[in-house]
Amino acid sequence: MTILRSTSRQALLIILAILSLYPMWFIVTTALKTPAGYALDPTGLPHHLTLSNFSAIFSQWPFLTWVRNSVVATLVSVVVATFISIMAAFAIVFGTARARETFLRTNIALMAIPPVALLTPMYTLMVELHLINQLPAVIIFYCGLLVPFSIFFFVNFFRQIPHELVEAAYIDGARPSRVMLRVIMPISGASTFTLVIVNAIFVWNELLIALVFLQNNNSRTLMAGIALYQGRYITNEPLIMAAAFLSLLPLLVLYVLGQRFFVRGMTAGMGR
Amino acid sequence: MTITRTRRSSADRAVPQGRSASRRRFTIWPYAYAAPALVALCVVFGYSFVEVVRYSLYSGSLGSLTYVGFNNYSSLFTDPVFIQSLFDNLKLLVTVPVVTVLALAVALVINSGVRGWRLYRVLIFFPYVLPAVAIGLAFSYILQGGGVFNTLAQDAHLSFLAHDWLGSPKWVIFSIGGVIVWQQLGFGVVVFTAALLAVPAELVEAAQIDGAHWWTVQRKIMIPHIRRIIQFFVILEAITALSSVFTYVYILTGAGPAYSSSVIEFYIYQYGFEDGAIGIASAAAVFLLAMSSVFIALYLWVRTRSAREE
Repeated sequence: MTILRSTSRQALLIILAILSLYPMWFIVTTALKTPAGYALDPTGLPHHLTLSNFSAIFSQWPFLTWVRNSVVATLVSVVVATFISIMAAFAIVFGTARARETFLRTNIALMAIPPVALLTPMYTLMVELHLINQLPAVIIFYCGLLVPFSIFFFVNFFRQIPHELVEAAYIDGARPSRVMLRVIMPISGASTFTLVIVNAIFVWNELLIALVFLQNNNSRTLMAGIALYQGRYITNEPLIMAAAFLSLLPLLVLYVLGQRFFVRGMTAGMGR
Repeated sequence: MTITRTRRSSADRAVPQGRSASRRRFTIWPYAYAAPALVALCVVFGYSFVEVVRYSLYSGSLGSLTYVGFNNYSSLFTDPVFIQSLFDNLKLLVTVPVVTVLALAVALVINSGVRGWRLYRVLIFFPYVLPAVAIGLAFSYILQGGGVFNTLAQDAHLSFLAHDWLGSPKWVIFSIGGVIVWQQLGFGVVVFTAALLAVPAELVEAAQIDGAHWWTVQRKIMIPHIRRIIQFFVILEAITALSSVFTYVYILTGAGPAYSSSVIEFYIYQYGFEDGAIGIASAAAVFLLAMSSVFIALYLWVRTRSAREE
């Protein structure tokens, strides 16, 4: 009875794991086929392995420009948002401003605001600032969107730090900036890394804002670029799957190296 | 600046204690530290909230706006495409109970001790981190008329499962819902597994000694114990179904055929940025904000309740 039960549990989880990974398998195998090979046998293994889809993407699409744009947008918005959120969370937890509970609750409410609702005003703002088709437009937007969750995340983490540690530094006459940089930051490495990963995934994967704000071909991020070329190359399945594979490759590598950071960070919104 | 720059004297140090001393000492710096984040929030959220409401009262395109009062709102509800979009969002809410029940079931199974559960958890969570663009593209080929899904279904003599999943107005929104369930399931499994691991082992052991059946233990002890987390999860998934499914729709169907899979986000995108009707798009955005604030209020309410219970 128990053997039967544990076998059926194993079977259930194996089926689920296969279903979870199948689209990934489909992307990889299709990307390695020729269009003719795919037409002949869409589900099987590639008969003639080819890397021609990848070389076509790099030679015929502005792919590297898109990658560069995505990397810049991700790096700048994540670094800035993470840094200003650390400062704000530090002030909320270790400061004594009256408004800090209100500020924190506002942040928690803002976490769930749909970005699409902010799109028209942000668009007109960027038109006035002459930033349409330029990366700073999306960087400013992403940065603001990342702040609420980041503050919430760091507040939760800082609250676990023993207050005595901070008090001791104050007694020694340290200024807040010194306490933050010398006492708090050195013990926040893993948490900061976790948050950086979560934020980077959000920016890297984001489509709607990139689509609206970056309309010329060379200013697009990777996701916006692929989404727009989808229409033009829709009938060339292997080519599109090769692009899809390249777009998720950085995430795949990071996930294999450190799933625990993903798991911890992406479920952090669920706690207190 | 009231930040004390000098080292405190020993007489000062004798005056009691930690908290009150630091309270007197630091008053301005928290505001300075929060300022950059506050500025970012004011630009992206504060400014936008005010402006989106203002734009919703105007018609015309940028540069030539005329005040029309609440006309945009009334034309929203006479526009069949908007009604269709709203209903599609509501249909996507069906994904919420589906993901919740499936994820909970899997988490309960994992939590009952399966060899290698950590590996399964890592594999099942993986879809959640992938870009919706890449996933959408893969599923658009898997689900299309002569695609992999239908081929496999026919090969397995399950031809009742073979439909034009993305091309028929009847099925298309459920296909999108299916992809959403596929991507969100791992998130639920991880959240629930973590919560279940925190249930005190004594509770379970006591019940088992009393001879309680597996399902009874789950129903009477495990599920009630993590009900707060379940509530959080349901609210977050509902917010997702209402307001962050644009990428799936854009990639899988482009809202087609004939807007039968449009959602409010797509409507805002289409009207505001393809057609340049800022006013209508803003009115739809205000409507979406109103809908999501119901769920945000629920979320805050559950948070307060769960904090009080501790």
